[in-house]
Amino acid sequence: MSAAPALPLADTQPAILIDHVVKQYGSFTAVNDVSLSVAPGETLGLLGPNGAGKSTLIRMLTTLVPITSGRILLHGDDVTRDPDRARLSIGVIPQAMTSDTDLSIEENLSIYAKLYGVPRDVRKRVIPELLELVNLADRRDSLVGTLSGGMRRRVEIARGLVHSPLILVLDEPTTGLDPVSRVDVWEMLTHIKRERQLTILVTTHYMDEADRLCDRIAIVDRGKLVALDTPRALKHSVPGASAIEAQFSNVRGDWETCIGALPDVTTVQSLGGDAWRIVTEDAGATTMALAELALRERAVIRSLGVTSTTLDDVFVYYTGRGLHQ
Amino acid sequence: MTRAWPIVERELRKFIRTPVLLVMTLFMPVLNLVVLGNAFGGRVRHLNVAVVDEDGGPAARRVVESIYSLQMNGDVVRPIRYANEREAARDVRDGSVQGAVVLPPNFSRRVYAGENPTAGLLLDNTDAVVSGALQGALSGAVQSAARGDPAPRIVKAVTLAPVELFPFVPYMRYMLPGVITLGMFMTVMIGGGMSYLDDKQRGVHEGYLVTPITKLELVLGQNIAGTVKAVVTGTMVAILGAVIAGVYGVFEPLRFLALLVLIVVVSFAFMAMMSCLVARMDNPMLPRALFGVMNTLLYFPSGAIYPVQSLPSWLRWITRVDPFTYAVHGLRVLLLKGASLNVVLPDVAFLAAFAAVMFASSVALFRRTL
Repeated sequence: MSAAPALPLADTQPAILIDHVVKQYGSFTAVNDVSLSVAPGETLGLLGPNGAGKSTLIRMLTTLVPITSGRILLHGDDVTRDPDRARLSIGVIPQAMTSDTDLSIEENLSIYAKLYGVPRDVRKRVIPELLELVNLADRRDSLVGTLSGGMRRRVEIARGLVHSPLILVLDEPTTGLDPVSRVDVWEMLTHIKRERQLTILVTTHYMDEADRLCDRIAIVDRGKLVALDTPRALKHSVPGASAIEAQFSNVRGDWETCIGALPDVTTVQSLGGDAWRIVTEDAGATTMALAELALRERAVIRSLGVTSTTLDDVFVYYTGRGLHQ
Repeated sequence: MTRAWPIVERELRKFIRTPVLLVMTLFMPVLNLVVLGNAFGGRVRHLNVAVVDEDGGPAARRVVESIYSLQMNGDVVRPIRYANEREAARDVRDGSVQGAVVLPPNFSRRVYAGENPTAGLLLDNTDAVVSGALQGALSGAVQSAARGDPAPRIVKAVTLAPVELFPFVPYMRYMLPGVITLGMFMTVMIGGGMSYLDDKQRGVHEGYLVTPITKLELVLGQNIAGTVKAVVTGTMVAILGAVIAGVYGVFEPLRFLALLVLIVVVSFAFMAMMSCLVARMDNPMLPRALFGVMNTLLYFPSGAIYPVQSLPSWLRWITRVDPFTYAVHGLRVLLLKGASLNVVLPDVAFLAAFAAVMFASSVALFRRTL
C-alpha cells in the first residue's frame, strides 16, 4: 500500500500541541492545565480512570467541546480559531459504535467522505483502498448490522480515514469488544500505523494494549497530567524492581496496611478477594517479610508469585488507585 | 451547502431500508379514517321508541301512524307499543328503549279545540347524540296531528330552503384532510424528531460534528430529509384515503399537482417546527411524551374532526397559529370542493411563513458543540 499521505517531514512543529488547556463546567474543573505535544507519526496513549478528563480532552481536541482556556494546535491549526482546518486534519473514531447498521459498509464510508467534502474521483480511489486496508474489501456491500463487533470497529476506523487525515483519534476503541475482536482491532491499528505513518492519539483502559502499541503514554488523573513518558521509562520510574502477587486467607481487617508497612514495599494494590499486588524494591526480602507476617498473624499464604512491574503498577503509583477502581 | 446532501442521503437510505416507519405512519392515519370515519358522523338509526297512546282519538292515531312511517322510511325509529307511561319510563331508564312518546288522554280533543296540545317525549339525555336525533325525528311526526285541517289561508311559518353547493359529504370525507395531516405530522415526529434524538444519543451526531459541516447545512439536511419522508407518507395517505373515502376527483392531474404542492409546504412546515422543538433536546423519551400533547393541542382544535366555529374563543387563538388549521383547511378545499391552487394560496402563504420562522429558529437554536 503506497497511499500513505505525505507527512510534513520538514515540518518540525508537533502534530498535536496541547498548551495549558483548562476545561471548566461551572465550578468543576474537568481538565486542569494540561500541556503535552505529540510528534508526527507518534502514537500517544492517554490513560486514566473513568472521569479523569480523557474524554473531555479528546472532545476539545476534536472541536466538540469549547476550551475554557489554553489552546490546542493540530499541525499548527488552532482548533478554536480555525476549527474547519483542524477538523480536516483529524479522523475521529468515537467510543460509541456509530456506523449505521442498515447501510452497507461502502455507503457508511461514502457518506462520511461526502461530509468531509472529498471529491468523487478521490472517493472512488480512497474507499476501496481503505476497505483493503481494514480487510473488508470482500464485504463492501454487506450491511453493517450483519458484522461482528470487531468488524464494525474496523469499518469505523476506515470511516475515520476517508479524508486522509494526518492524525487519528480513537476513544477507547476496544471497550465492549470480546477478547478476539480486541486483538483484531489492535493488530489492525498496528498495521495502519505502519502503512500510513499516522499520528495516533488513543485512550484505553487496557494497559497491556497501551504498552504494546504506544510510543509514549500520558497518565491523566482528576483532570491533571500526572505522568508522560515511554512505557519503558514509566515502568523504570516506579520505585521497586518487581511485583509480588499473593493470595492469603484468614487475614486481619487492616491487612493491606500491614503489608504496606513492610520494608522495601512501594505500593500495595488490592486485586479483589484476598489477593494483593505488591510492588517492592527487593522481591526476596519482601517475600520473606510476607511469610513472617503471615506466620505472626496466623494468616495462610495460599499462593505467591513474583513478576516484573507493568504499566498497571505505574498507574497505581501515579494515581494511588487501580485503573478499574 | 453541499454537505447537506450526505445527511439527506443517509436519512433517505435508512428510510427506504426500514419500511417499518412508513408502514406505521401509513397504518395509523388510514385506521383513523376507516374506524373514526365510520364510527362518527353516520346517521343514527334503529332507535327503539316506546309509543303510549292514552288518548286513542283520531289525532293521536295520526301521530302514531306517522311514527310508524318513520320506520318504513329509513328505519330511523322502531316504535314499540306500550300500555302505560310508567312502563315506558322504566324502559327508557334501563336503556331497552331510547325514548318514549306519550300521547295523554284528551290529546285529540285539545288538538281540535286548538288548546295547545302537548305530547310527552321521554328521553335518555345521557346520550346527547341519540336524544337529539330522536327529538328531531319525532317532532316532525307529532306535527302531523294537526294535518287534516283545512289548509290555512295565510302561511304561518317561514321556512328556510337550503341549497347545497357541494355534494353530500359523509363524515369520512370530512375527516380525510385531517387524517392526511396527521400522517405527515406522525412522520416528522418519528422520522424527524425521534430519529434525531436517537442519533444524538447513539453518538451519530458527534460523528457529524467532527466533520467540517456547518450548522445551517446540518439543520437543512435534516429538514430536507424529514420533509421528503413526510411528503411520501402524506401523498400515500392522500391516495389511499381518497380511494377509501371515494374522493376520486383528486386524481385529476391539475388538482393532484395542487395537492402535492400543499403537501410539500405542510411537510416542510411540520418538519421545521419539529426541528425547532428538538434542537436543544437530548432525551429521546421527550418527543414520545410530547406527541400526545401536540396531538391534542394542534390536531383537535384545527377543524380536522370538528368545525372550528364550535370552539370557544380562547381555543380559537390556538387555531389561528396552529399550522394544522391551514393544512386541514387547504386540503379540505382541494379535496372536497375541487378548487384550484389559488384558492388555498392564503393557507400556503401562512404555512410557508411559519416554516421560514421555524427553520430560522431551529438553525439559531442548534448547537455546533456538545
